[in-house]
Amino acid sequence: MTLREAPIGRSARVVAVDVDKGGRAFRRRLLELGLVPGTEVQVLRVAPLGDPIELLARGCLLSIRKADAASVHVELAP
Amino acid sequence: MTSSLLEEPQAPADPARQGGSAVSAPRAPTPGRHIALVGNPNVGKTSLFNHLSGQSARVGNYPGITVERRTGVVHLPSVTPGGSPEQRQLVDVPGTYSLSARSQEERIAIDEVLGLNGAPPPALTVVVIDAGQLLRNLYLVVQLLELRVPCVLALNMVDEATHAPPHPEALTRILGVPCVLTNGRTGEGIDELRAAIARACAQPPQPRVHVTYPPELIRAADRVADALPSSWRGSVERDRALALWALSSLDEDDELEGIPDELRARVLDIHATGLDADLATVTARYAYLDGHQSDFFRPTTAEQGGPARVSEKVDRVLLHPVYGFAAFLGIMLLLFQSLFTWSDPAIGWIEDGVAALQEVAGSVLPEGLLRDLLTEGVLGGVGNVIVFLPQILLLFFFIGLLEDSGYMARVAYLMDRIMRSLGLHGRAFVPMLSGFACAVPAILATRTMERQRDRLLTMMVVPLMACSARLPVYTLVIAALFPPESLFGVPLQGLLMVAMYLFSVVIALLATAVLGRTVIRGRRVPLILELPPYRLPRLASTVRMMTERAGQFLREAGTVILVCTIALWGLLTFPREDVAPEGEAVVATAVVTENAETSLGSDALVTAAEAAPRDRDSRLAQSYGGQLGKALEPVVAPLGFDWKIATGIIGAFAAREVFISTLALVYGMGDVDDEALPLRERMREERRADGSHTYTPLVGLSLMVFFALACQCMSTLAVVRRETRSWRWPAFMFAYMTALAYAASFIVYQGGRLLGFVG
Repeated sequence: MTLREAPIGRSARVVAVDVDKGGRAFRRRLLELGLVPGTEVQVLRVAPLGDPIELLARGCLLSIRKADAASVHVELAP
Repeated sequence: MTSSLLEEPQAPADPARQGGSAVSAPRAPTPGRHIALVGNPNVGKTSLFNHLSGQSARVGNYPGITVERRTGVVHLPSVTPGGSPEQRQLVDVPGTYSLSARSQEERIAIDEVLGLNGAPPPALTVVVIDAGQLLRNLYLVVQLLELRVPCVLALNMVDEATHAPPHPEALTRILGVPCVLTNGRTGEGIDELRAAIARACAQPPQPRVHVTYPPELIRAADRVADALPSSWRGSVERDRALALWALSSLDEDDELEGIPDELRARVLDIHATGLDADLATVTARYAYLDGHQSDFFRPTTAEQGGPARVSEKVDRVLLHPVYGFAAFLGIMLLLFQSLFTWSDPAIGWIEDGVAALQEVAGSVLPEGLLRDLLTEGVLGGVGNVIVFLPQILLLFFFIGLLEDSGYMARVAYLMDRIMRSLGLHGRAFVPMLSGFACAVPAILATRTMERQRDRLLTMMVVPLMACSARLPVYTLVIAALFPPESLFGVPLQGLLMVAMYLFSVVIALLATAVLGRTVIRGRRVPLILELPPYRLPRLASTVRMMTERAGQFLREAGTVILVCTIALWGLLTFPREDVAPEGEAVVATAVVTENAETSLGSDALVTAAEAAPRDRDSRLAQSYGGQLGKALEPVVAPLGFDWKIATGIIGAFAAREVFISTLALVYGMGDVDDEALPLRERMREERRADGSHTYTPLVGLSLMVFFALACQCMSTLAVVRRETRSWRWPAFMFAYMTALAYAASFIVYQGGRLLGFVG
């Protein structure tokens, strides 16, 4: 599952960040902001116009576009 | 950036080196005396800078890129009893999450802290840290410590970290660098920070950091380190850290300039082996930080959550599909309304003030060229500059509140979907909206955008927005040439006005899409937007930003506007061969008086204008401006314009609304009031040589389209020059907008005639 499909409000854990979709700079920046594998992340909401989405990770609110969120693979916390 | 990384760092002025041999030992450049201030965005770095530097802040620019370089002077207490306090330069480095870079803008941080840009590196780097986001902020600290940069940590906004209070003593013990608790809002901890900086300058701290990297990454880093240019070299640890920087920053299509070919080739070699250096590096650093979590924080009984959790609750309302959008529309409406109408009284006062000054100067000085130059050229020019201040101050007041409160990031979040389809970022929304009031403050507002390319693209299209200066021209043309009839129950005149606004929006959006795919192309950059916690905005910092921006505008764009006003005055005044009897000489110069008049609303020179003879062939016709208008007649004839309109368009370059007064003067009418009733009559009566009407509705439409699209505003061009630091972009803007205006008016006029409308 990717962050794009992750249900809103459910806690998930980052498994991997793809390099091919968002590009290397995007992936590196996400990693640098702490979305390394194993980090807990939660999709909070989708913007009123349908894109981007708002995330909570490491106590920080971030927003990325859906297309780019598809490069973040997650697994839902049990 | 012109200074290549290959260049030897400039040695500090040291007579011993003069005439010495050019042999450069592989060692890091000698540190300078200044102090750098770095940190993530949204951590209160600017307010700490303001506290430390007091009133000494100066804003400059990094060479080659439109990123501000703020410097100030910090006063440091004496380290030893009986020692003397000292002053050092403080450099505010643009906020960044990491030192890694793929563009020249992102590279500023590493260039500043290591002195890779040719200047000596700072004696000390102060890292401002959001105490509520400690671990993420420490990522940047780890990078700095690996590079053996002597640091002092300022744990800022400790009041927001009650859910996880940081442990400064433990941080100092583990990382080897001093750590001070500060609060940029209240000024708490600033004296302690000064003292810590002074001590660290006297005795540089020895950074300690031990990130455990996988062996294959270390081997790769050492191979890259061998390819580092000698001027970058330092200790083994520093070289390895620089190699890691190169591994994560360089690739086939990064935008960094001046990177040695050998270094890039070596990095590409490593990438080709399939080593995922980015993942390995970042993961190892976070593993180090996560491993020390229990050391970095004090145990607390406070409930979990923190500022992000509180902000998240506010976001439930402010980012709600219905309430959130309503709030957004309300806030944007308020911003727009204030720019459009609240600034009006202040603009009126400025106009009246300048007019009064012109009157005084006019009555005191002896009649002649000098008096005209001073009153109409110089005073008029000064008026043309300061008339922008109310809108600039208001816009930056709002921007300050929006940025400080954290709402600006939410504007970008809400609007990103729309701006993205234009190839822009959500942050372009506020400058675009402001463009409806006035392009000058709107262009200054593009600074809130991070990417140079986005900034440039926004700047290039903002002047297409229907600014308030176009309104008087539209009003005149619509009232004079279109009947007050209704079309399907809607008044035709109002409909036309709405149509002109829609037209400008559509063209601006189209221009953004086209320019963004051609002249100002840029790669698609994924959005990563931090939504900072909501905070109460501080008036002091907002006021400081307002005055700084206004000061910059006056100093840098103001001079250009002043010179242009005087030049335009000259164009419409000279030649003045037959110095006419009393009263008559006034007519020509009264053009710019009138320029000042409409834009400055003066009644001061009405008398002069009234004294003017009302014959058609006024002095203006003989001026260079009038001659130019005549020369341009064949060019503008296909648009339905005659030489008088062309002259009016030339005069309107001072400001669009000046078109009205210039036109009035071309017809020898002197003053026109706001309603411009006599001018309307005159326009309706005006005939061509063949007896047909000069102004038909079709000509009016063509004229409005021309004004909607042409870059009839020297102030806009002056501000674009100031923001891009070159004449290239204002020249491009003028050329493309004029071409667009000409083509569109041509299509309207010729197309209308083909359709059978009276030309």
